[in-house]
Amino acid sequence: MENLHLEASAKTPEVLFDSNSGKLMLKGRSIPENSIEFYKPLNDWIDAYTSSPKEVTTIDVKLEYFNTSSSKCILDLFKKLERLNTSGSEVSVNWYFEEDDEDMEEAGEDYQAIIRLPFNMIEVEEI
Amino acid sequence: MSLNNVYNLYRTMEEENVILSFKGIVTADLLSSLLNIMEVKMESMHEEPRVRKKVFNVLVECLQNLYHHVDEGPTPITKEHLERKSAMVLIGKERGHFIIRTGNYIDNDKVEGLKERLNKINSMDKEDLKTYYQSSLNSSVVSSKGTAGLGMIDIARKSGNKLDYEFLKINDETSFFCLNVKID
Repeated sequence: MENLHLEASAKTPEVLFDSNSGKLMLKGRSIPENSIEFYKPLNDWIDAYTSSPKEVTTIDVKLEYFNTSSSKCILDLFKKLERLNTSGSEVSVNWYFEEDDEDMEEAGEDYQAIIRLPFNMIEVEEI
Repeated sequence: MSLNNVYNLYRTMEEENVILSFKGIVTADLLSSLLNIMEVKMESMHEEPRVRKKVFNVLVECLQNLYHHVDEGPTPITKEHLERKSAMVLIGKERGHFIIRTGNYIDNDKVEGLKERLNKINSMDKEDLKTYYQSSLNSSVVSSKGTAGLGMIDIARKSGNKLDYEFLKINDETSFFCLNVKID
């Protein structure tokens, strides 16, 4: 299957979903007024990937900002990965946050409380 | 407006420490421009990254509330309806804290529901808000417009303060909703 690569824009993050390595990444800002449109191809890609996934799948979430519209779409994406984790691939989440960004750290904890996937909380100087 | 009033308006904005203000219809492009301006301003004000991020986050939610507000009220957007769909935002800094003030019209029949939501949020401490956000996130459904009903909870959580609000009744149909968010 094809990889999914979207360049970052002022309101949407860079996306790099690689089916050959099982490595997925979201990087930058996710603040579109309507996030459904933006996240649809991401969710569709994961659906397609689920039919023949790698043994190990990791997603790197390196978000600087995201709005509440995106937060729900990101949750839906994690829910798809949660299902993938029980059906054929070992999935983990690397949640990056900047050292002074308690809100982004808490956002990672919010997802951890809802989603049954291993989360690695990774503090970095700059995303 | 008389020239004297122009000066009075200027003085008011000066006294209220207004950094950025806008009145009109909030479009997607305008929203991007306002966010851009605030990022540059905060950079030049040498604000700490922690403060810059909080202000940016809260401003995104406040502006997107105003953006989605355009879809409310009468359609299509005719000249008579323009004011009903307009909104105002003022960003200021007082005694070391950023304050975001917004104002927009709201149908009277929506006032009670919003008031209840705001009061519920204001009755919660940090931990309650966290739990409430998580359960709302898990149960919410994104509307076709992209709204998830989480904005006010997020604003309260990230600002670290109670949501200061007021509804002013304008006539039998509409009220004016004023929201003041102080950011810690």
